[in-house]
Amino acid sequence: MHELLARLPDYLGGHLRLSLSALIVGVAISVPLGVLATRRRALESPLLAIAGVIQTVPALAMLAVMVPALAMLALPSIGFLPAFLGLTLYSILPILRNTVVGIRGVDRAITEAARGVGMTPWDRLRRVDFPLALPVIVAGIRTATVWTVGMATLSTPVGAPSLGNYIFSGLQTRNYPAVAVGCVAAAVLALSLDGLVRMLEQGVKAERRWLTAGATTALLVLAVWSGAGLAYGSNFGGAPIKIGAKTFTEQYILAEIIGQKIRAESDREAQVLSSLGSTVVFDALKNGAVDVYVGYTGTIYANVMKRDPQHVDRKVLVQEIDHWMQQNHGIRCLGAIGFENTYALAVRRDFAKRYRLHTISDLARVPPNTRFGADYEFFVRPEWRTLKASYDLGSLEERIMDPGLMYQALDGGDVDLITAYSTDGRIEAFDGALLRDDRSVLPNYDAILLVGPQLFWDAPEAVDALRSLLGSIDARQMRHLNLRVDVDGRSPASVAAEFLANQAKIEPSGPPKPSPSGSSGQ
Amino acid sequence: MIRLQQVTKRYDAFTAVHECSLHVRQGELLVLLGASGSGKSTTLKMINRLIEPTAGTIEIDGTDTQSVNPSTLRREIGYVFQEVGLFPHLSVEDNIGITPSLLGWDRARIRARVNDMLDMVELDPDGMRSRRPNELSGGQKQRVGVARALAAQPNVVLLDEPFGALDPLTRDALQQTFQKVRRESGMTAIFVTHDMVEALLLGDRIGVMQQGRLVQLGPPEELLERPVNPYVAALMDTPRRQAKALSDLSDA
Repeated sequence: MHELLARLPDYLGGHLRLSLSALIVGVAISVPLGVLATRRRALESPLLAIAGVIQTVPALAMLAVMVPALAMLALPSIGFLPAFLGLTLYSILPILRNTVVGIRGVDRAITEAARGVGMTPWDRLRRVDFPLALPVIVAGIRTATVWTVGMATLSTPVGAPSLGNYIFSGLQTRNYPAVAVGCVAAAVLALSLDGLVRMLEQGVKAERRWLTAGATTALLVLAVWSGAGLAYGSNFGGAPIKIGAKTFTEQYILAEIIGQKIRAESDREAQVLSSLGSTVVFDALKNGAVDVYVGYTGTIYANVMKRDPQHVDRKVLVQEIDHWMQQNHGIRCLGAIGFENTYALAVRRDFAKRYRLHTISDLARVPPNTRFGADYEFFVRPEWRTLKASYDLGSLEERIMDPGLMYQALDGGDVDLITAYSTDGRIEAFDGALLRDDRSVLPNYDAILLVGPQLFWDAPEAVDALRSLLGSIDARQMRHLNLRVDVDGRSPASVAAEFLANQAKIEPSGPPKPSPSGSSGQ
Repeated sequence: MIRLQQVTKRYDAFTAVHECSLHVRQGELLVLLGASGSGKSTTLKMINRLIEPTAGTIEIDGTDTQSVNPSTLRREIGYVFQEVGLFPHLSVEDNIGITPSLLGWDRARIRARVNDMLDMVELDPDGMRSRRPNELSGGQKQRVGVARALAAQPNVVLLDEPFGALDPLTRDALQQTFQKVRRESGMTAIFVTHDMVEALLLGDRIGVMQQGRLVQLGPPEELLERPVNPYVAALMDTPRRQAKALSDLSDA
């Protein structure tokens, strides 16, 4: 718990910075736009329609779409900016709509009187329409406040630290206290900001100076505090080296190992951007928002290079990836880390017994509509198409779920079959059967280090530090590390530190292994 | 002095006001009388350009209203609305002082003027100044409405059925207050009403409007004695019968 709370200032600061800046810009855009819509009738429907369409885009998708969109414009596409833009777009509708409704709702007799006493359109807006519409506009701002603070928890996968980091990593590493801390902190923040906005409104309405001043001061202090974090972070001895991590435990641990290694063996600071989506992290590497991450050969070959990875020799695969990456994106594949993390299919023991399951081919015996749980990506990946075609698995009922919950779902009988990862620590603790890929249709998934072009120029000593990790972790070790987090509830950072300490004991001054091919994992 | 020449207002196929010409002398109170939909309110609103005329010209003291910026024009013309239209978020003082403040008067002058106006419409300045419109009775609201219209010392005041929604006693009191104020200040006024008795009591002259046309314009006696058509005759017959009924009662 202490370790959790130590991160609170960072996450809360990031969350607040995002929410406040998105809200302030949202208000600055939406209120004038709303006023314009009431003055130019023809604009009202299109403006509200556009804001409405934006609102229907699921929040997570909106944030994810910002990444390639910003990359296309050659802007920083990971971190604050995509999250900020997504949240700002989201805050527009409630404020815009309430501004329009509020101003339109002013009694016609009163607007006519305003014209009659000699007000110009500007006088009318300032002295009559705006003050009378204010309660409705503020209600819109308050709605936007609660939405934005809630939605900011989703900015973790695009690399903006927020209270969502507690929730995303907590779900992945089965650290439920972390999830709870994230949820409670986000709720408290939403209610506090909402309360401040309401105080501000009441202060203005009732002309109670101390209330207005109090609320304004509180908002300013929060803005300065969260802004100061940004300034402090960005001025800290050159930009830190950024390490990307996808959305599962193994990635968190590897990113921590890489970060701690870089810190120890170069004079550079390292920052882990965790819980990035799989395509987000590669895009981020391409445009320099991330400097290094751990990829998997099969995934890169099939999903990025769009080639069929079946039956390609694993050493050749690593070389081909390095060659292709260098040619197309200036990215280098340093080599394999040593273990392979492949997809496997897992079933409960009683289920395996009943249908005599040993291999994937045996699944021909299970009844149609057997429930098959897999992670967010699996059902749209080429591997699934191949599996489905080769083993005729079309009659399985597909259930998408969070990888952190799959074993629980299998144990509880909610699903009968799940995708498992060969390095998942939970496999060791799990009482079930793994089905063999007897027709060898699944490709190799050797873990490889992918390094963006800048790092070679900016921090060659960091690249050297990374090379020393090649071939240093085999599948058994990786499973063990994963187990320490997933089952024992340790933090990825402490597991990483322990691993590096042990490694240093085994080879106190061992030379880095520059083997680009990696050793066999299993 | 207000002069309308051939003023017309058309909405698509519908003609609200048809070639209305009239002129109001300095210090005179002209009543526009007619049923609802006869075009009297539209005529009134065209004078301060709350409604823009389709054709014709309107001059005030020799100046074409089209040559003046509408908000500037309206600051120089008092206007009392049928629905009063007090600004609900402003105090009585700020409501009355609105046009002076738009004209850039200084605070002290506005304050003094508001006090005078409250006195003039027979409201207690100390008790009323800081109240909000929702704390006023109907009669008090319309008194504030009249005070607001006259606060910037306009030369011309337009009144659109100002007392129509009030109970008879309050209406009578307000009519008297208004006449007193107007006579003291010598303002020119146009007063729109559908109430024949009110028209006869207040008007120096009365213009009768029927389906967008000004059908007769003259002093009350002329309308009573020489109505130009059966409609005007019927209009004038009502107050006559009421007066007769009253005098019969008091004779008895």
